[in-house]
Order: sequence, then structure tokens, then C-alpha cells
Amino acid sequence: MNKSEIHALLRPAEVHRDVYTSQAVFQEEMKHLFRNAWIYVGHDSQVPNKGDYYSTMVGDQPVLMARHTDMTVRLMYNRCPHKGTQVVIDTNGNTGKFFRCPYHAWSFKTDGSLLAIPLKKGYENTGFEKSCSSKGMTTVENVKNYRGFIFARLNDSGQDFEEFFGDSLSSLDNMIDRSPEGRLEVVGSPLRYMHHCNWKMLVENQTDTCHPMVAHESSAGTVKDIWDKEGGDGPKPMAVEVILPFMSPYEFFEGMGIRTWDNGHGHTGVHHSIHSDYSMAPGYFEQMVEAYGEDRAKEILGENRHNTVYFPNMMIKGPIQSLRLFKPIAADKTLVESWIFRLVGAPDMLLERTAMYNRLINAPTSIVGHDDLEMYERAQSGLMSDGMEWVNVQRLYDENEADNPVAVYNGTTEAQMRNQFRAWEKFMTMSMGEAA
Amino acid sequence: MKPTEKDLTDFVVREARLIDERKFLDWLALFAEDGIYWMPLEWDQEEEHLTTSLLYEDMLLLRTRVQRLEGERTFSQKPKSRCQHLLQAPQIDSIDHDANLYQTFTPFHYAETRFDEQVILAGWARHSLSVIDGELKIRKKRVDIVNCDAPHRNIQLFI
Repeated sequence: MNKSEIHALLRPAEVHRDVYTSQAVFQEEMKHLFRNAWIYVGHDSQVPNKGDYYSTMVGDQPVLMARHTDMTVRLMYNRCPHKGTQVVIDTNGNTGKFFRCPYHAWSFKTDGSLLAIPLKKGYENTGFEKSCSSKGMTTVENVKNYRGFIFARLNDSGQDFEEFFGDSLSSLDNMIDRSPEGRLEVVGSPLRYMHHCNWKMLVENQTDTCHPMVAHESSAGTVKDIWDKEGGDGPKPMAVEVILPFMSPYEFFEGMGIRTWDNGHGHTGVHHSIHSDYSMAPGYFEQMVEAYGEDRAKEILGENRHNTVYFPNMMIKGPIQSLRLFKPIAADKTLVESWIFRLVGAPDMLLERTAMYNRLINAPTSIVGHDDLEMYERAQSGLMSDGMEWVNVQRLYDENEADNPVAVYNGTTEAQMRNQFRAWEKFMTMSMGEAA
Repeated sequence: MKPTEKDLTDFVVREARLIDERKFLDWLALFAEDGIYWMPLEWDQEEEHLTTSLLYEDMLLLRTRVQRLEGERTFSQKPKSRCQHLLQAPQIDSIDHDANLYQTFTPFHYAETRFDEQVILAGWARHSLSVIDGELKIRKKRVDIVNCDAPHRNIQLFI
């Protein structure tokens, strides 16, 4: 596809259905968008020791994240330079001092460089040293470790990390600063949830504040019903505290606010959020004051951002210390991973709430997730209808908004979705030819 | 009441049947007030609170689930799911009358279906039971599915 074909898929407040349903568009996303943008790979606490590795996907590319002997985190394509065999097949492990391909025993240092080949003399006088295979596993050069969060840009050229994320990093900072030691650690395995819909539907839903009281009435509304009848005046159990805010009225979400940043990033919960009224863990505030001083501690804990979308396919919840990754598999298939973090040095009660939130909201066994999946998949099917070709994202549209990417809006706007689509066009086309 | 081995195995078999027959209120009544239904996320998981599980639900959350399944606006249950348990004969892991604790271990296959999609899960159920007011009740039901770490689709009923 070329630039003008991509441009034709978007109107200022409408999106052509092919953006969600076309496998051809999906392949262009893998070739351009997921190579031009900075994509979240993993957290460095997943590979704490030398030789630790974690294998995952960046777009449609299998990659290997490893802790090298110099203790930096390295990234390489998970492919033996010999015959293409995936060098590592499990998700986590420790490889010792080197990776060894199980097919012909080519071995590589933990930065991917070639260590040894058995019967090396078989390559003498063959010109092997001029082949790309002689360099070892292909590395990803543009890797950023931002306070433990590892991002990569697969294309050699493009925006640098700071330019790509800009002030949106304030959300990651806030999540990390909530640890008295300024450090997070991944806890356990992620929830993995398979959706038969386009990955962008999930990303859009992260700042869709007009669906909770409708789609989740059956779950949050039932909790509210039971609690209203039986709860009395006592303190709410943690699960009730977590689920009830989903039933907040439209006015609550309007007042919550949405902020957009350049390059498709944005967040809900500028002024307050569904996470604002959680009860405090005993001793936590004192730990934060000890670490940061009272003013700064209050500033950190006073931010209660709801969902921050890091374009294109990641979302974090600072007050809950969770991260969701929307991994594209096909135009109509997306794997959602939901990860949780420990605030190093903070009371266990916070991790208990984080773990509870994750299973109550993000699990394939979640009564909240069930209705979200139902909506996405009905939309994926509905879009195949020829009755209409355009999807509407017009709520609170302002024709000047594209000129002011950094802005704060009424919390029910769809401005962040439009912001994402402007970024989508930008990063889809920056490495694409003009019209054929 | 001192339950016999047959009382325990009959209980486990009846529990699965109540789910398959969608008699969820009768099923809830099998739990003690402080009963827990737990589905770990990881193989050999022992931590209950400080890591993610697929499910870890007390009676408030289980009653929420049951009430939701019959709700007018429960969109993911229009149409409703159906399920079937195929149990291996429950094995008695322990009988301790003094501690009022009885534990069983039951391998199973579970099928859940909605529209044209059917999910098949296999695993093991571990029941911890006590006699309360003369009746066996579930203190904890732990369900481990063999592919606990797989990318699952919706699992909407009770295994």
C-alpha cells in the first residue's frame, strides 16, 4: 500500500472499516507502524541476572531480550543466523554464558555476537566472513531501558525515544515513583487472553469512558446491587472498592478528564479517576514521606491517572501498577497480556490489590472482561456488514484539535482515539512510498 | 456427622452436576460462608494473594457471578453458555474428623460451549470440605487446569 491509500482510510472523525478488518492493512501495520514506533518489549526485572532471557514478539517479529555479561539488557531477533531455527523456544530462562542453537550447535554471546561454530574449518576459503551469518544473531540497535521498562524501535531510522514519548513519560514516572525506592518488579506470569478482534479496538477501549456503565452493568451493577442491600455502613471489602467505580455516572467520567499528547499517547483521569478513592495501605504514606519528603510524596500520590495509552499497543495503570499489552496476531486476532508489578519497598497490601484488580478485570475468567470481549467481537463481525463502511469517532470533535496535540478535554471525548489515528497514519506512512 | 468416603465422593459428583444443570443457587449453598473458589494462573502456584490468579473468589464474588449469569443485561450470556463435567472417580486425600477437614482430588475434563465455539479444559479439582451444621460444605475448591498459562478465550461458567 502507499501513502495515499492509507490516507484514504481516515477522515477527521471517521475510520474506514478496512483499518480493522483488512489483512492487507494489518500486514502494512507490521511492516511500517510496528517498526517505526517504539514498542514495549518487557521489564528488566524479568531478566535480573547475567544470562537471563525473555522471548516475546515485537509486532510480528520474534525477539529475545537478554541480560548481557556487562549487565545491560540486549535485544536480538530470535533466529539462528545459520538456518533460521529459533534459538530459544521457552519464554523465560537462563542460558548461562552463551546461547547455543539446538540444531547445529552454533553458539552466541548474550549480546548475539557469534561465539563459535563446530567444524569451523569447513568455512575456510568459502567467503563465509563476508556473509551476514558470520556476524551472529541480528541485534536490535534501538533499545531503550527507561527506568526498567524496555522499549525497542526495529527500524534503524526514525524518531528517538524521547521525541516519540515526550511528556507522556510522566505516567510511567508516576507509576515507578509510587515505590519508595523508585523501582518496580514484575510479579508472576501475565494473564493471557485471546480476542478475535482487531488490536486497535482494545486500545481504543482504554480511553472509552462511555462504555463502563453500559457494557459492565451486569458485573459492576450486580456488585452494587448486592452491596446496597447487604453492605451496611462498614468499610468496603477490597473487591467492592475496586469494582463499584465502574458504575459511576456519565458526569463522573466527564469530570475525570482526558489528556492527549503528541504521537498518539494519552490518558484518562486528569483530575480524578476510578482509582482515586482506594483506601490507603497502613504505613505507606510514611514510607513515601521518608523517601521523597512530604510535598513530593503528596504530589506523587495525588496523581490518580486512570488508563495511559502508550501508542500503539500498550496501556498502564499507575495507581494499580499494571500494564496491558495488546499483541497483534492478525487483523481479527489479538493476544492481550496483563502484567502486574510490585512497588519495591511498599506494603504488601498494595500488591494484593493489584493482583486482585488484575484477576477481577483482566482475566479470561473475569466477568468484566467477558462483556468487553463480547463487544469487540460483535464489532469485528458487524464491520463485515456492507451496510456502512465507516466507524464513527466524533464525540466532542473539534476541527482545530489536530493543531493542538497536547490538550486536556472533557473526559467523555473521543479525542484520544482520533489522536491515535493521526499517529497511526504518521507512523504507517513515514517509511512508505508516495502513490504508485 | 462423621462423613464416610462415599459421602465425600457423592458430594463432589453432585457439585459438578449442579453446575452442569445450571442450578447455581443450589451450588452456592454447598459453600461455607467463608468458602473460597480458587483457580491459580501458574503451574504449582502456592501464593494466593500476592500474585495473579485466574479466579480467587469469596462468597460475595461468587454470588455476584451467579446473579449476573441471569441478568437482563448480561450481554456475554446472550445466548447462555452450557457446560459439562466429566469426572474421574474422586480420590480421598485425607479424612481428619478431629480437625473437621476432608480433602478430595478429582481429575476432570470440562467442556463449555456458546454459539459454535466449544472450549475443552482438563485438570484437577481439590476440595477441602468441613461439616458445618450437620452438612458437608466447601471451605476451598482449588481448580488447576493443565493449560493454566495458555491464552484462553472466555471461560464463563464454573469448572
